Amino acid sequence: MDVHRDDIGARLGMWIFIFTEILLFGGLFLVYAVMRNRYSDEFHQAAHQLNAFIGTLNTVVLLLSSATVAMSITAVQKGEKRKGVMLLFITLVCAGIFLFNKYLEWGHKISIGLYPGSELMIGLKHGYILFFSLYFFMTGLHMLHLVIGSIILTIVMVKVQIGSITQGKYTLLENGGLYWHLVDLIWIFLFPLLYLIT
Amino acid sequence: MAETISKSYLENTGRYKGILAWLTTTDHKRIGLLYLYAMMVFFLVGVILGEIMRLELFRPGQQFISAQTYNGIFTIHGIIMIFTVVIPGLAAVFGNFAMPLLIGAHDVAFPKLNLFSWYLFILGATIALSSQFMGNGPPDTGWTFYAPYSTQTHTNVVAAVFGAFVLGFSSILTGLNFIVTIHRLRAPGMTFFKMPLFPWSLYATAWIQVLATPIVGITLLMIIAERWLRIGFFDPSLGGDPILYQHLFWIYSHPAVYIMILPAMGVITEIIPTFAQRRVFGYKAIALSSLAIAGVGYFVWAHHMYTTGISFTARWVFSLLTFLVAVPSAIKVFNWVTTMYKGSISVKPPFLFALGFIFLFMIGGLTGLSLGSLATDIHVHDTSYVVAHFHYIIFGGVGFAFFAALHYWYPKMFGRMYNFRRANISFVFLFVGFNVLYFPQFVIGMMGMPRRYFDYLPQFTLGHQISTVGGWILLIGIIIMLVNLFSRKGAKAPDNPWGGKTLEWTVSSPPPPENFETIPEVSGEPYDFE
Repeated sequence: MDVHRDDIGARLGMWIFIFTEILLFGGLFLVYAVMRNRYSDEFHQAAHQLNAFIGTLNTVVLLLSSATVAMSITAVQKGEKRKGVMLLFITLVCAGIFLFNKYLEWGHKISIGLYPGSELMIGLKHGYILFFSLYFFMTGLHMLHLVIGSIILTIVMVKVQIGSITQGKYTLLENGGLYWHLVDLIWIFLFPLLYLIT
Repeated sequence: MAETISKSYLENTGRYKGILAWLTTTDHKRIGLLYLYAMMVFFLVGVILGEIMRLELFRPGQQFISAQTYNGIFTIHGIIMIFTVVIPGLAAVFGNFAMPLLIGAHDVAFPKLNLFSWYLFILGATIALSSQFMGNGPPDTGWTFYAPYSTQTHTNVVAAVFGAFVLGFSSILTGLNFIVTIHRLRAPGMTFFKMPLFPWSLYATAWIQVLATPIVGITLLMIIAERWLRIGFFDPSLGGDPILYQHLFWIYSHPAVYIMILPAMGVITEIIPTFAQRRVFGYKAIALSSLAIAGVGYFVWAHHMYTTGISFTARWVFSLLTFLVAVPSAIKVFNWVTTMYKGSISVKPPFLFALGFIFLFMIGGLTGLSLGSLATDIHVHDTSYVVAHFHYIIFGGVGFAFFAALHYWYPKMFGRMYNFRRANISFVFLFVGFNVLYFPQFVIGMMGMPRRYFDYLPQFTLGHQISTVGGWILLIGIIIMLVNLFSRKGAKAPDNPWGGKTLEWTVSSPPPPENFETIPEVSGEPYDFE
């Protein structure tokens, strides 16, 4: 019996950390709210530049990945190690698809000269500049958290495989899954605010 | 595990020896000391920077440093004092050392995370200090980094700002650790309302650390993005708004001052009952007023922005809330004084510093009201009056509470007593020096002396000279105090030198590594003096 183990405390700590991450993005949402209020027409027009199809695809992919990570927790709870590892692997594949789509989106914009500080950007109307600045900053910060989440889930997947995380001791997996749900949740908010305000 | 109970946590019992044993520790008591030693260094650097400024200000006109250098000095003085000394402050040192003992726990909830917080603290401070030495020169924006200057100046803003970001992360993780610790590791029988009041204050503080710090985190990242990527949030030429920066900055930085003061008030609430040998008057009022200060403190930030052009409605609403947040603080002062009534007062050094705290905190708090009031603020905004106000609260308040806590828990931390007479003499120099240093700044501020100016009109000369001399008296006090405390030649300390009633006084001085052989069962009220 691990004397220093406290599953409830570990989960409480993770929830508090999730809270701080939400507040971190909250500052960006605040800037978005202020700027959209100020430049509502230009935000509405600028959003046409984003590909809602790819955005929707990414949303579906992330939702799927949240489902698979939740399923992996159930699998480990039932002692089904192989299934748990498989589901975590699928989650990571979904993360990879998301990242690839983002690479296509960002790559396209950068190739036409549309990125923060570019000559094209500086010459646009103010509302357009702020919309795209927010787009790059928010999706960029989100991408960073997606990468961090992927690293966490990779570590967790390895631990399930080698038996550090088991049917009797899976709080680390739950916490990793929780972090992944946060990454998903942030995207759920970003998606309509950036892609669907046309 | 049982064999180590008679040992002191200061002795190395693990695999590592010497300094490595300290750098790999997960013992909250050692981590508290690691924070103490680092912060003492940062504090002294900050004091020297302050003394340099006061020397330059001794007479009008340039004395020995340029205006640019002066701007760099007040910037790094603020960054060091705020982000590496007062915000981590009592929570990182005494919260770490004493809180688990006070709640009857072996350690905090996440000991390894605790050590990680300390490493982040050192890393953040190093990155921030590196801004002084890199190619483009020390930042000259003030610790507030206001846009648009901070996004345009060629100085090393990014290093300073990123250092502050890392320090914020350290603060968040400590807050998280303390919240979970207080929820999960209180001794059996110790309900929330049987918990001593220093942990209560740390609990309220931890919530602010966790909820407010991320906002400044993202704001600092926005500054970096403005400088490196021209994102435009604060740049009017791209559609942005510099006032937006101020809102975002102060939404954290105002609650931050409650991060500073709440643990300080908590310590005073431990010291006063012990040296009056009476239970705290109004225990619940103090506990709940800590939460009230934390809560209401989120809604007053724009009192730093009355002159920026925000609407009249915004101004009077923030002014009203600012007056409201003063109420729970005042409640505490009444509680402290009433606790002393009909008590058996023992004026030992911790109590002396606590009395000093009450006096200086009241001056700071009351002058805060004249700043919180719209009409008078117009007159004194951005003058030395503001500088005097916040130094009274931060240095007179948090600083003196820190000295009080140091003198209170010193026997427990190091197992030795210190010389009382020298401690009292240091107090006199500190108290007199402090007032001579800062009180004239109220006066010249009202006369019109601007803050952050390295030169001034001749009518302010006398005030500046008195102030500078006060700084020297204060410095003597600091030296006497540190020499007294670090000479380590005092008598061996008993378990309970002051007759306190909280749990840390039931273990040896210094405590064994795991604090308690068996976790105590708590049944009575805290501060059970009668």
